[in-house]
Amino acid sequence: MISRFQIALKNLLRKKSRTLLTMVGITLSSWVLVSLLGFNRGYENALNHDIENMGYQLMVMAKGCPYEAATMMLQGGKGLRYMPQSMVDNITKEPGVDKVTPILMQAFFDPNKGESGGIAGYFGVESSSFPTMKPFLRFRQGGWFKSDNAAEAVMGFEAAELEQREVGDMTLVPEKNVQLKVVGILERTGSQDDGTTFVPLRTLQKIAETDLITTIGIKVRKDADVAKLESRLYQLPDVQVVSFSQVKQTIMKLISTARVMVMSIAIIAILIAMVGVINTVLMSVLERRQEIGILKTMGAMPSDIFRLVWTETLILCGIGGLAGIAVAFASARATDILVRRVLPYSPSGGLVTIDAGLAAISLCVIVGVGLLSGLYPAWQAGRVRPLESIRGEG
Amino acid sequence: MDAIQTQQRPASLEARDLTRVYRRGSEEIRALDGVSLRLDRGEFVSFMGPSGSGKTTLVNLLGCLDNPTSGTLSLAGRPIFGEGKPLGERDLTRIRRELFGYIFQNFYLIPTLTVRENVALPLAFYRKPDVDGEVDRLLGMLGISHRMNHLPGQISGGEMQRVAIARALVNRPEILLADEPTGNLDTKRSGEIGDVLKDLNERTGLTIIMVTHNPDLGRLAKRQIVMRDGQAYDN
Repeated sequence: MISRFQIALKNLLRKKSRTLLTMVGITLSSWVLVSLLGFNRGYENALNHDIENMGYQLMVMAKGCPYEAATMMLQGGKGLRYMPQSMVDNITKEPGVDKVTPILMQAFFDPNKGESGGIAGYFGVESSSFPTMKPFLRFRQGGWFKSDNAAEAVMGFEAAELEQREVGDMTLVPEKNVQLKVVGILERTGSQDDGTTFVPLRTLQKIAETDLITTIGIKVRKDADVAKLESRLYQLPDVQVVSFSQVKQTIMKLISTARVMVMSIAIIAILIAMVGVINTVLMSVLERRQEIGILKTMGAMPSDIFRLVWTETLILCGIGGLAGIAVAFASARATDILVRRVLPYSPSGGLVTIDAGLAAISLCVIVGVGLLSGLYPAWQAGRVRPLESIRGEG
Repeated sequence: MDAIQTQQRPASLEARDLTRVYRRGSEEIRALDGVSLRLDRGEFVSFMGPSGSGKTTLVNLLGCLDNPTSGTLSLAGRPIFGEGKPLGERDLTRIRRELFGYIFQNFYLIPTLTVRENVALPLAFYRKPDVDGEVDRLLGMLGISHRMNHLPGQISGGEMQRVAIARALVNRPEILLADEPTGNLDTKRSGEIGDVLKDLNERTGLTIIMVTHNPDLGRLAKRQIVMRDGQAYDN
């Protein structure tokens, strides 16, 4: 026997072009919605991933602009400020501190990088403390340096790819013309570590002709009160403390305007699709008034007609919504590249994360909004009186 | 109103002083003026008369497509109209689906559904017991089995009306209401449809109420009622 679903489907196929156009509208809204939700989730995840990959929760830096410090922390930077290495001992004494690691960040101009040269970032780290902060780092080849004054380097995945280096090769520090032996190449991490070259702290200090450091990474004890520790660290002279939660909040504020704009576009797209659904289904109902009247003559209750028209809406929104999700999945990479170009700061890793749960939520939203749009046409259809639809002479 | 159980009862229809008044602005039109009649189960009755005589209005009331302004109607011994306030659309629909099958001049088949799907259409909304196989049986009985997978646009007018008859019968109604069933057919096809209706009445004992302009078709009925100025006269 023919089902209500089959009747509804055949009704929609009666005006193929109109149905297709409406479905395209729903597909576009679904695509925008899924991509937006995927971006909202992906951006925060990528940022969290970047921050977690730092291996520590707090950073102490020489006093200066907090935004510069944040940038320095995530991407490296110029205009570095320095502090004495004795600061490490002061911080280690603080209760709540689990581990500390001193870092010297240096940036040298490499004329061979890119078309017109570029900055090569170096991290001077202690072989004793830094690896314990980042136990998740895995080596593709080799391992960490043997001592803190060895002329050796560990390259991030992308840095090694760019320079085509293997373990045992020599790498040249630009500007300084110092050669270092590559002793390790890291696996890809999806963070800024991929583009960094790590050098023993003493070696980099020697190359940079300084005995100072730029940063101290602090791993906090699990039971420690981070806020209290932060305020105590602020008591130390000429330093500023940057916590990851602060950095995250700062970055999230920076992109909040962009998120609001994209959210507005998604809402507008959904509203336009909603009007499209109302128009299509209502037109279809008006064109079929006579048929609907005949169905009621045959014994279809107003609720049967309501459900039939609602089923048509469900089919439209279901297929359109699924198509939009498929497009969003297929274009996630392209969306990622596009979003990365327009945002003031983008963390490494995927910015648009779409999974089955998000797809299911989006489909529910699209179908829910669609069914809401179908209420009025379905109600109109349920009200058709059979007598009005058949011949009235007599 | 409770659903009417008529499977075991004799289907009879009794109307008393049925009146239907329409208002057009300040003008009052008495389309039906106190019609009283009784139809026994298994009767084949035709209503004939000129346009505006009230025959379609009467059939609409008998078929529970409309409420009368006044008067009473009982179906299978059960009062339908005349119990106070007019029946709502839901109650009328319930009575229609239990008791009536309808065919119209314009067939009103769904163009996107095949012949078989059109016949089965009422079952999508309501299923009486033991109707499995009814669609195929009706298609065979009305001689349109070979057209079951065709669309309405691919078959002749006479075949379309046969499909409409099959659709009207699929719910096993007590009464078949036919409103100008041959109005869109040529003489040959009209005769065929007339024979189908007569055969149905004689073989199955189905009560048939038919409105027609066609005197030849009207004469096929065992009882002919002539409508004039909103009143009914047994011929």
